[in-house]
Amino acid sequence: MRLFCASSISGMEGSVKRFLVCFLVLLALFIALAFTSSRFLNKRDFTQGFPIPDRHSADAISKINAEFAEHWKSKGIKPLPPASAETLVRRLSLSLTGAVPSLSELKRLNNTDCEPSGKVSVWLNQLTGDERYANYMAERLARVYVGVETGPFLVYRRRRMVNWLSEQLLINRPYDEMVRDMISAEGIWTSQPEANFITVSIDQNNNKNGPDEVKLAARTSRAFLGVSLDCMQCHDDMFGDHWKQTHFHGLAAFYSQSEMSLTGVRENEKINYETRFVRDKEASPVQPAAPFQEELLPEDGNLRERLAVWVTHSENKAFARAMVNRAWALLLGKPLIDPVNDIPLEGPYPPGMEILTDEFIASGFDLHHLYYLIANSAPFLRSSKSEESISEDQEENWAAFPVTPLRPEQVIGSVIQTSSLAALDEESHIINKLRRSAEVRNFVKQFGDQGEEELQLSPGTIPQRLLLMNSKMIEERIKPNPFQNSSTRIAMHAPDAVTAISNAFLTVLTRQPSEEEKNHFVELYENAGKEQRQQVLSDLYWALINSTEFSWNR
Amino acid sequence: MNFDFNRRQVLQTGIFTGLPWLTPLGNALAAQADKQKNLTTRIPKSLIVVWLKGGASQLETFDPHPGKEISYGGAAIETAIKGAQFGTGLEQTAAAAENFSVIRSMVSKEGDHSRATYNMNSGYRPVPGLFHPSIGSVLCHERPLSGIDIPAHISIMPGSFPTRGGYLGANFDPFQMGDPLQPVPGISSKVGEKRQKDRLASLKLLEKGFAAGRIPDLDQKRTLHQINTQKALQMMSSEQLQAFDIKNESSSTVKSFGDTRFGRGCLAAIRLVESGVRCVEVSLGGWDTHANNAENQQKRIKELDPALANLFHELKKRDLYDSTIVLCATEFGRTPKLNPANGRDHWPHGFSVLIGGGGLRSGQVIGETDPEGKSKKPGKPVTVADLHSTIYTAFDIDTEHEFVTPTNRPIKISDGYPVEALL
Repeated sequence: MRLFCASSISGMEGSVKRFLVCFLVLLALFIALAFTSSRFLNKRDFTQGFPIPDRHSADAISKINAEFAEHWKSKGIKPLPPASAETLVRRLSLSLTGAVPSLSELKRLNNTDCEPSGKVSVWLNQLTGDERYANYMAERLARVYVGVETGPFLVYRRRRMVNWLSEQLLINRPYDEMVRDMISAEGIWTSQPEANFITVSIDQNNNKNGPDEVKLAARTSRAFLGVSLDCMQCHDDMFGDHWKQTHFHGLAAFYSQSEMSLTGVRENEKINYETRFVRDKEASPVQPAAPFQEELLPEDGNLRERLAVWVTHSENKAFARAMVNRAWALLLGKPLIDPVNDIPLEGPYPPGMEILTDEFIASGFDLHHLYYLIANSAPFLRSSKSEESISEDQEENWAAFPVTPLRPEQVIGSVIQTSSLAALDEESHIINKLRRSAEVRNFVKQFGDQGEEELQLSPGTIPQRLLLMNSKMIEERIKPNPFQNSSTRIAMHAPDAVTAISNAFLTVLTRQPSEEEKNHFVELYENAGKEQRQQVLSDLYWALINSTEFSWNR
Repeated sequence: MNFDFNRRQVLQTGIFTGLPWLTPLGNALAAQADKQKNLTTRIPKSLIVVWLKGGASQLETFDPHPGKEISYGGAAIETAIKGAQFGTGLEQTAAAAENFSVIRSMVSKEGDHSRATYNMNSGYRPVPGLFHPSIGSVLCHERPLSGIDIPAHISIMPGSFPTRGGYLGANFDPFQMGDPLQPVPGISSKVGEKRQKDRLASLKLLEKGFAAGRIPDLDQKRTLHQINTQKALQMMSSEQLQAFDIKNESSSTVKSFGDTRFGRGCLAAIRLVESGVRCVEVSLGGWDTHANNAENQQKRIKELDPALANLFHELKKRDLYDSTIVLCATEFGRTPKLNPANGRDHWPHGFSVLIGGGGLRSGQVIGETDPEGKSKKPGKPVTVADLHSTIYTAFDIDTEHEFVTPTNRPIKISDGYPVEALL
């Protein structure tokens, strides 16, 4: 023990002293760095770049809303009143960034002088320029384009693909251009990350030196056309008479000339595609053919270039419709047409669908514009709760905002965000980002991930409840800790009980407490001694995080 | 719609369709049908899947070709099955070989870890737009349990690709746990009794507020959130949790399994099955030996051998062998030829699995691979779907029965053919 007394330190060798001084300086620097980011967070002005809706957008929104109004009238359904601004902001943050908004963002948004629907526009504008949006949405799209598998060894890099998608989303690249790049990609999958769309299909146990045209055809029809042609790989459509096996293999043939070379993915015109159709005894050659609207297929270019142009053609409405349906599902929790990949080629379509599709095409496949229209449509703005109870009919017909489960990333993303008062965004410290990334990975694995099928609704499970109630990870984020956890900081700095409880509700559930809730928790808070208040808030956080409301979009 | 009922189902349907006059006769005939199939005594209750994650080498484990070029000097030992040999290091398992059969001719079309694991878990190859349930999930769905507080489907130390309930729903996902020596994850509250009580009271208040003004019975019909909270709390205080606790086992029993994480996992699997759990999966990783194959496979074999052999012994000792099928499987085998790093790469064209217990025929070898390692077509090939179909058939589950997926797609429980030699 004598080693640590003052006389021992003063008697230390010079080199040890220098080491100690260096160590202390480094430690101070590290601590300073760790806290810098949170101090300078959220300095941006929300009203910067405030989108003034042009008359054209306003017209489109009116037309969409008129279709819904007509639909509700014809069915005798009463639409619910509009949701509060906080609710709308929560919906947008969850669907576009995978986490609830931070308290500081909410407070500054609250000071923005405009109507609730105006706040939607401000918030949408803010989020779509944020790295959080690009990363979260890139993962959603990657699941559709390449799935969640680790994929073939060496020739596939999923991370690169996701990063590429994220970069495209951040600059709001026109959606049709992104898709054309993926379908016609050539080169090495590391320097041309979009080529991973092709290489993920490679079957390394197959004798074929190249991508699998059958997997790519299935992926193309689902992801880009919103049509499930997979069953037609082996037989004609058994449930309708539209789709034939020839449609599927005609589409597959576009991918048949792709092969792997030293320079990565390339086209080889010498390769011919053959398959054995269900009624034949032997395989026969298959010519590439568009499964519908053949007239849009260009003459020029290699097979994949021609397919890319056909798929993304502005007159091929199936392409735009597929993205409209998916964007709707991401923002409202379920698609306009369910399942998301099974959209009929011909109408009648549900209200809103065709106007949104035409608008998306006319905007040059501008995803921000699409989100803007959906987020300002009457269904998105509806409340999910009424003074009286709600009928399933109201929800099914979009007269009430649907209550849908959050996906695992949204749950853990929100838990992590609620532990901080400021937004955990691109300006967060690297240490926080690394911690977040590790926690998300670990949590999602334990929570259970639906992978590509994440838009299929599913109830919660017992292990999920155990994880949220009892895991160390959650407890670390809510327990009294003045340096890291928002529950403690609220207890330390709130001027009174009402403010403390209100801030806790806003941070975790993005809403104010009801009268009953306020009375209950204010009493608990006030009855506790000053030292116990941090614990009371920690327990309140636990209850809020474990409520149905936290794990479900509403 | 599927009208493909078997005889027993048709006869029993009479009971539920307002045809009381048929009931006594129906029952009598159904009983006779049971007798014919000897079902009452032979239907297993549980499945234990021992999962060798990464691709165990058939040549170093259950299908050695000693003296041949592809063995690269690897030796072999005799087993309790006449004429069959195993790789060295598997002495205990070899001696217990009368308790299981070895299939040496497993074939699949998947050579990527995630896809092949999916295939072995579910019996189906991955396709976009559909998530097939794992075999354990299907068993839990088809043979629901009542009266147990702990989960019916448990995965011990799952790897990167845990089994899933797929289109049957997340409620058929397994409960995941780690080394049984550690406390079961998420099973105890992080705060004392008083605070837990307060937390739950606050939660109740919040739930009341959330339910008001929404669809009636939102919890029962959609979220199951509060119902699952109650079930989770029930599990947290259940005496049945002792099934997880291998500290109740004697130290000699624990030791006999090798006293490794994996060995303890196998022992816990037995305790869980003893408590009525339908399916337990235990994983042992580290088989993906692209470099130094012989040495690295040997390390894993050392862990596998005592645990696998004693899994059978202990099930017998506890009178659970006849009611439990044990499947020891892997996603694929490894190439007959060594690569330049002295490793073996992925080989789905003839790999080995062990299967025994639950009334299946044991002590036999099914199929054979090319001793020269050239042929990709083993003798008497068994597909992954065939393996699944065999297990379902043993459980008296009609593999022709079609589930309707959330996207209204009819999918058979299995599209393979049972391996008759095992039934």
